[in-house]
Amino acid sequence: MFGDYSIGDLGAIFAMQGFAGLILFSVYVLMALGLAIIFGQMGVINMAHGEFMILGAYVTWMTSSFFQSHLPSLFSGYFFVAMILAFIASGSLGMLVEWGLIRHLYKRPLDTLLATWGLSLILQQAYRSVFGAREVGVELPQWMMGSKQVTDTIEVPINGIFVMCLTLAITMVVAWIMFKSRWGKQVRAVVQNRVMAGAVGINTEKVDRYTFGLGCGIAGIAGSAFTMIGSTGPTSGQLYIVDTFLVVVFGGAASLFGTIASAFTISQAQSTMEFFMSGSMAKVLTLLTIVAILMIRPQGLFALKVRK
Amino acid sequence: MSDEKKPGLQSPLRRKLLMGMAALPAMSMLPRTSFAQAPATSAINTTGLAVTDTEVTVGILHSVTGTMAISETGSVQAEKLAIDQINAMGGVLGRKIKFIQEDGASDWPTFAEKAKKLLVNDKVAAIMGCWTSASRKAVLPVMEQYNGMLYYPTFYEGLEQSKNVIYTGQEATQQILAGLDWVSKTKNGKSFYLIGSDYIWPRTSMKIARKHIEGKLGGKVSGEEYFPLGHTQFNSVINKIKLTKPDVIYAAVVGGSNVAFYKQLKAAGIDLSKQTMLTISVTEDEIDGIGGENIAGAYACMKYFQSLDNPNNKEFVAAFKKMWGEKTVIGDVTQAAYLGPWLWKMTVEKAGSFDVDKIAAASAGIEFTKAPEGYVKIHPNHHLWSKARVGQAQLDGQFKVVYETPELIEPDPFPKGYQ
Repeated sequence: MFGDYSIGDLGAIFAMQGFAGLILFSVYVLMALGLAIIFGQMGVINMAHGEFMILGAYVTWMTSSFFQSHLPSLFSGYFFVAMILAFIASGSLGMLVEWGLIRHLYKRPLDTLLATWGLSLILQQAYRSVFGAREVGVELPQWMMGSKQVTDTIEVPINGIFVMCLTLAITMVVAWIMFKSRWGKQVRAVVQNRVMAGAVGINTEKVDRYTFGLGCGIAGIAGSAFTMIGSTGPTSGQLYIVDTFLVVVFGGAASLFGTIASAFTISQAQSTMEFFMSGSMAKVLTLLTIVAILMIRPQGLFALKVRK
Repeated sequence: MSDEKKPGLQSPLRRKLLMGMAALPAMSMLPRTSFAQAPATSAINTTGLAVTDTEVTVGILHSVTGTMAISETGSVQAEKLAIDQINAMGGVLGRKIKFIQEDGASDWPTFAEKAKKLLVNDKVAAIMGCWTSASRKAVLPVMEQYNGMLYYPTFYEGLEQSKNVIYTGQEATQQILAGLDWVSKTKNGKSFYLIGSDYIWPRTSMKIARKHIEGKLGGKVSGEEYFPLGHTQFNSVINKIKLTKPDVIYAAVVGGSNVAFYKQLKAAGIDLSKQTMLTISVTEDEIDGIGGENIAGAYACMKYFQSLDNPNNKEFVAAFKKMWGEKTVIGDVTQAAYLGPWLWKMTVEKAGSFDVDKIAAASAGIEFTKAPEGYVKIHPNHHLWSKARVGQAQLDGQFKVVYETPELIEPDPFPKGYQ
């Protein structure tokens, strides 16, 4: 397939292809971070993760409509407001769900799977009733659309750059919270030994609630960012959930670093293979590889070393 | 009843009704006198369907929950509008249409179960319903076993024909061939990049497209790609498209993937006003989610666009918006769904009976001159003669019609040389 092209053309395509892989990597990290926090730190399998993302997307859509009709002069900056609102909305809903549903099921991890799956169905139908069954179109400010011409032949999509920057920022914030802040210390203490952490005066219930809220809030931001590249409808969350779990499980459930490493591996494999073969085959091969690796290393790429 | 006696279709009363749907309840009282001449129930219903002296029951079977609700909502709305309008004109053989709506819930076994319920328990005279090919395939054996009548609205891959189904959408050749001819002639398209979602409809359609491009148009297919349903990352394939520089991108991507595909094309700097894009999977409904600014310039090949400029369509659009709100848009399938109840009514009147066997036999040759798409006629193979049109997507989410086949295209669900 490359016979007819000059070296320059090929170089440009490979550069753009590398960039496509990086964008996919950022997207994977962004959608998996929230789940990794909840799954890794609390052991809760949150099947409603996609629906928390879509809540963020709907918040973005409402913010954009509001800015369009009331504050058209500030429209170009609405996206940042929308992301903050998305974080607050999804985070609060997450804390509410933790309080009303999840905390009663901590001792029965498999039941959280069923409960959150039910929750995802309820949320989907709620979105359908409130926002309508049709997808909504989120209008973007002009500066976020189109692509940036790097050289004559290389152009990179602006929304891709935006997602990459956003992912970097959020990963850094999460890393700081988890490994540098006092609250992060408490979270890690609860993960390692819940009873002991309670005994030294950590309010474990509160830690649980905020951890769940943080995970859901990040999902909200991810959903908000994905309005740039995907659809916003009642069931759009389902489009992401499989990939998200794949990234988290492959990376090793309890490790944030593992999540990032696995997102990188999967995204590069996927995007390279997609370039050389058809989309469906690429997906099949990616999944096969992951299954094979998980058979050899069931704990995932990176496992937390804890005394059993 | 003969064709020239399509009661009231051309009457000024109907036009007035369409302009003022608010007056419907009161107006519907008017033709009451005609009930006196309505034929006896025993004569027109010999198989025990739900027909009384004043009412006839039909079923509406679509998904209003689940993934497909996004697409099927428009069809439900169109069918209800048609039933309302028919009732306002006095109903069918002097009987008002009553409908029972069931939810297929985007789940194919549920569709089959609900179809059985409608036919066996409710004894409906006809069912307007199904959307995806999968749901139709699930319902088909039920329709044939219990001898029901299904009016199916979606454009689909063809390769099917049943006594118990009237296909009011286009089969694949009706939608594909004319569009390809047009793009090859006016845009001088020689190389085509085919891209679709990975299931039966895009694959069958692309197969037909490839045969036509390579065999009849003398062009070449420079790439053919399928992506799993729900795929959201198209950057790699967009790079491939950039590398191969096809004259035409030919797309049949559906659902949430559709939105992601066009947003990412736009973001990757592919300008659809310069790069010719022809799609068979984007109607006004889909543009709602994609956003006009992301798809403006692309061409779609359909049989109906909301912007069609003819008196039938103006009436239809006005009535539809009156009933379902100013903001609703009407896509190709919605219009096809609107045809269902009308075609059924006319067939019943031609057959002079609600019996399914008689309707199936009388269907061929039924003409609907007030169809929003202009004029349709049922072919003996139970598909419709219809025109193909090419529209260019505009910023406001509507299509500008740029081409229309001069003649009606004959439906050919089993195209020779294309399988």
